[in-house]
Amino acid sequence: MKKIINAVDQVEEQMIEGLCKAYPQYVTRVGDTHVVARTNKKEGKVALISGGGSGHEPAHGGYVGEGMLDAAVAGAVFTSPTPDQVFEGIKAIQTDAGVLMVIKNYTGDVMNFEMAADMARDEGIKVEQVVVADDVAVDGSLYTVGRRGVAGTVFVHKIAGAKAETGASLEDVKAVAEKVIDNVRSMSMAIRPCTVPAAGTPGFELGEDEMEIGIGIHGEPGTHREKLQEADQIVDQLLEKILADLDFTSSDVAVMINGCGATPLMELFVVNNHVADVLADKGVKVYKTFVGEYMTSLEMEGFSISLLKLDDELKELLDAKADTPGFKVI
Amino acid sequence: MTNNAKVVELLKQISDKIDENAQFLTELDAAIGDSDHGINMARGFKKVVEDLPGVAEQDIGAILKKVGMILVSTVGGASGPLYGTAFMKAGGVVSGKMEINADDFLEILEAGIGGVQMRGKAEKGEKTMLDAMLPALDAMKAAGTADTRAMLDAGVAAAKEGVEYTKTIIATKGRASYLGERSIGHQDPGATSFTVILETIAEAY
Repeated sequence: MKKIINAVDQVEEQMIEGLCKAYPQYVTRVGDTHVVARTNKKEGKVALISGGGSGHEPAHGGYVGEGMLDAAVAGAVFTSPTPDQVFEGIKAIQTDAGVLMVIKNYTGDVMNFEMAADMARDEGIKVEQVVVADDVAVDGSLYTVGRRGVAGTVFVHKIAGAKAETGASLEDVKAVAEKVIDNVRSMSMAIRPCTVPAAGTPGFELGEDEMEIGIGIHGEPGTHREKLQEADQIVDQLLEKILADLDFTSSDVAVMINGCGATPLMELFVVNNHVADVLADKGVKVYKTFVGEYMTSLEMEGFSISLLKLDDELKELLDAKADTPGFKVI
Repeated sequence: MTNNAKVVELLKQISDKIDENAQFLTELDAAIGDSDHGINMARGFKKVVEDLPGVAEQDIGAILKKVGMILVSTVGGASGPLYGTAFMKAGGVVSGKMEINADDFLEILEAGIGGVQMRGKAEKGEKTMLDAMLPALDAMKAAGTADTRAMLDAGVAAAKEGVEYTKTIIATKGRASYLGERSIGHQDPGATSFTVILETIAEAY
């Protein structure tokens, strides 16, 4: 394992400190927890909290700031944060308007956040939750725990955050978050794996000429493995699955081309070049495109495509001001 | 009757046993999950043992609740909330008691398993720890509390059968559910860790 770290058990701690030292105007650490909260707490609005394992930076701490999250909780690398940590986050940001938890659909994440919500309700704090499950690679049938939450989560942070900033009620912020969840679909692929520091070896192996299609953000297996193809063919394959899952025809969409951590921006633009062409061919209207690293998987090399179907409300909220270390609309 | 000092001793033995089985549990998890069950459980119970001196003089309900809190804040993943909730709910039914008998033990188990069901929203037959827990509880109730030895033995036997049963079914809860039919043939790590714990209790009696 070759990494720029000091000690395996210090990575999360030092990442959080480094983030707060870089952007003190946006984020402040809550005591000695692994929670970062908005430096200028805004009273009277619904407060948003999200989080998950570390290793997905800029998610989730990088999305704390005006127009997005009020707090983010970081667990160990690729491991859900514990309820006591989430509870500290909720307490730090709670307002009379209530708290909305944005959870990615993993069994551990859902349980830990729900336990934290129980603790918060015991103290009289109003808490609601939404669970993001946008990954079309895995079957969302009755026989699984449902789809995984991946890069589409960032759209939920952005749009629900913008709604909260308007002073909307907890019910209304939750409703718009659910609207995003219902209308966002993602799929990912990778050509090189990543190594969790504590594990020391890659989570999976891929041959020099192989790629994994439908991979999860922790390197979980996807739909299948095959020989590496040209970028346009890979895009065709991912888009086919996404477009088959939800009818985007003649809709306005927001596009996110997300790098998994070690993918050159050059290649992400190569990907987007074809994504834009295919969508135009299919009569899908691109309203706004985001290309960059939004939900990474350490140094995994690969990308995901997310499409969000927009109506007037979602467009307005997508365009509203967001000023955070990892996401800006100004 | 089992007093609070004995419960503390038992928790240490459970911690040792989990530690001995950590690698085995992690290997089981590697096959169908995210390969951290043993590591996480061992870390949690190690912390339990470290913090036990602080609560050893308290009643059994308080001790079990404290164990639950420690597991919840150290184990992580899904097992942390599940085992943590189990111990907290178990502690709730023996609040204030300095001694417990076989009837209390059944109540502890029933409340703990109820906590797992509530938190995990799973049922029997989904390839989870409940597939060892529920049969063990049923077998112990059927055996009755007149003969504690026989009751515990019946529970362990049923839990082991439950673990074997998990090899034959498809996972529909947890990360193993994405594997569908590929989960057949593998035993559930959570059902296994519960069986290790119950066995330790039975051996200590």
